[in-house]
Amino acid sequence: MRRATFRGGIHLPGYKELTSNSATVVLPVPDKLYIPLSQHIGAPCAPFVNVGERVKKGQKIGVGKGFVSAPVHSSVSGTVTDILIMEHPSGSFVPCIVVENDRQEEWAESVKSATDTEILSPEELRSIILNAGIVGMGGATFPTHVKYSPVEGRQVDTVILNGVECEPYLTSDHRLMLEKPEQIIAGLGYIMKAVNCRKGLIGIEDNKPDAVEKMQNAAKANPGISVVVLKEKYPQGSEKQLIYACTGRHVPVGGLPIAVGVIVNNVATAVAITDAVEHGIPLIERYVTVSGDGIVTPANYLVRIGTLFNDLILQSGGFTGETEKIIAGGPMMGKTVFTSHIPVVKGTSGILVMQKKTGKISAEYPCVRCAKCVDACPAFLEPTSLAKLARRRLWKETEDGDVMSCIECGSCAFICPSQIPLLQHIRRAKQAVLAARTLTSAAQ
Amino acid sequence: MTPIKKLLQVTSSPHIHSTESISSAMRDVLLALVPALLVSLYFFRVPALLLVLSCVSSAYIAEYLCLKAMGKQTPVKEQSAVVTGLLLAFCLPPTLPLWMGALGSAFGIVIAKHLFGGLGYNIFNPALIGRCFLLASFPVAMTHWITPIDGVSSASPLGMLKESMEGSLPSVTQLLVGNVSGSLGETSAVAILIGGLYLWYRGHIDLRIPASFIGTVFVLTFIIAMVNGKGISCPLFHLFAGGLFLGAFFMATDWVTTPVTKLGRILFGIGCGSLVVLIRVKGGYPEGVAYSILLMNVVTPLLDRYTKARVFGREQRNG
Repeated sequence: MRRATFRGGIHLPGYKELTSNSATVVLPVPDKLYIPLSQHIGAPCAPFVNVGERVKKGQKIGVGKGFVSAPVHSSVSGTVTDILIMEHPSGSFVPCIVVENDRQEEWAESVKSATDTEILSPEELRSIILNAGIVGMGGATFPTHVKYSPVEGRQVDTVILNGVECEPYLTSDHRLMLEKPEQIIAGLGYIMKAVNCRKGLIGIEDNKPDAVEKMQNAAKANPGISVVVLKEKYPQGSEKQLIYACTGRHVPVGGLPIAVGVIVNNVATAVAITDAVEHGIPLIERYVTVSGDGIVTPANYLVRIGTLFNDLILQSGGFTGETEKIIAGGPMMGKTVFTSHIPVVKGTSGILVMQKKTGKISAEYPCVRCAKCVDACPAFLEPTSLAKLARRRLWKETEDGDVMSCIECGSCAFICPSQIPLLQHIRRAKQAVLAARTLTSAAQ
Repeated sequence: MTPIKKLLQVTSSPHIHSTESISSAMRDVLLALVPALLVSLYFFRVPALLLVLSCVSSAYIAEYLCLKAMGKQTPVKEQSAVVTGLLLAFCLPPTLPLWMGALGSAFGIVIAKHLFGGLGYNIFNPALIGRCFLLASFPVAMTHWITPIDGVSSASPLGMLKESMEGSLPSVTQLLVGNVSGSLGETSAVAILIGGLYLWYRGHIDLRIPASFIGTVFVLTFIIAMVNGKGISCPLFHLFAGGLFLGAFFMATDWVTTPVTKLGRILFGIGCGSLVVLIRVKGGYPEGVAYSILLMNVVTPLLDRYTKARVFGREQRNG
């Protein structure tokens, strides 16, 4: 059978066997948790508690201002010992609430199981999702309730759950699909209800046949839901590429999925929604893959938000050899961090430790116009042409070349035999174009 | 566990890179040329070997001197000059004096490659420029052909066709194997096809170019044969005699001098194929592959400009 996929893209070495076959380990909860007040795209939260105050597990400790925001909750019961500025996996510095764990695991009063989820209206579902602090857990951390808010003149006809996990090394979503398929299906059902839509799809790549089977079995519970098996290729987990692979629809340039009647969420987000709707539990823990050639025992963990990277690395047996980089997320789109003294946040799908390479790194050559980047680009751009224009600071020309359609998947830079840092040049051009656009709109 | 005291290295994504490099790609091209090289050494013996060595070493030395003179990095780190030298040798008569081969090779590297900016910046295929330079300078030596193995002087198959010596034409099987007179490395269509398919398998060439190039030659010569009341043998002859396969798989797919867009590549192949037929049927030369590719090299920037792919999500209708 010919499997659905998108056009362009590349084949990557997976390295997934390091962690895909072992069951998720519940990480012992550390003594201190560092919970950032900003774990989403949008307005950061203001602290909702004071130093010295006792908090319960699942208690709201930070509230957002504005619509595009998501509250944060305490992942343990204990005492707030400090509110300090800390480094964040995104690279920025954000205020964090430090909670000393009293090991009582005492739930907040707000956390209680629902008696009947059938009677919940779309508005009530959206309000539950908002109050549970749920954000996109694939990494983008866009506040989920905002996605579900009705848009004038647009009706959602398909909700797609992203179970692609196309980044090498990462297997947290894979394990989640194996271990919590019913919760994923239930969560998708709630999303469909929240946006008044009858059709739900779950996109999974054919390199995870066990997950496909589990999800297909679980999907029998809801006749509106089916699994779409996709041909393994990177970056299939990118929103627009996934929508195309599952539905054949093109999200217009500069547009959102809602423009073609689709909403996409990660499978982990669906589980968080089920926890929130059925048990009133806010988003305080997630699956995290700890892997890479620089870690002794790669594994998947169920981790409380606010646990330090260090604690996870220690649990995995520590470093092998000399560590060069630690990546928050996958090796293609993740961010490197300066230190492991940073907390796991809602969008942390993986922590990769990369060893210092012994082999020499090949020097950069001129572009030989092999067009491998052109063939690889899932947005159908010409990365090499854009990079050449960016080098010459021809920002307007890069804009005409649709540089803003770049999804920064990194396929071009990965494949380039001349080792040209194509994506860095393109990012620079995007920054310049963005600044020029901001100036233009400010002048008007 | 050894705790990390110092700060880690921070870089922007992607954090992994494919194992492929210019050097590894050039090694693949050289490997792909091995079958044709072996066939040519079998059929044309020692003179062929010496000519190959002369062209390759001349290209390599010219490359080294150019890099040195222009203050670029030496020694030569990638083998593109070796590829150029080998490809030039492949499209020369096996009996060509060695110094001529060396001269053509150096001309291609110095004039066509480095004076245009070096690796990645040349407009024309350096090997083909070397060949055309030699053809213009030494027309007699460049059109002296010998039969395989016994090395007796003979016209090339396309030359025979041009001069209407149809009685002595070799069979299609002979052309496939390469057991005919002709340029050193282009006589065996099968050996070249094996190398070409290897390059495709390794992801280095887009079959759009050889397919549209060879397809166009076939269709046009087929039409001409039908109009003239001749059989299928004439178009097949045009496919397998001469340098069409070598040109289509190894020269028209040269990264630097051909389009980067998919539609551009198809148009490039069609253009090459049409020019080959035009030159062979209406022109003064029996062979036209080299000129057709060089002429299409000129329009590569135009093809790239006017065949840009439509960006994902731009003016698409949703079905």
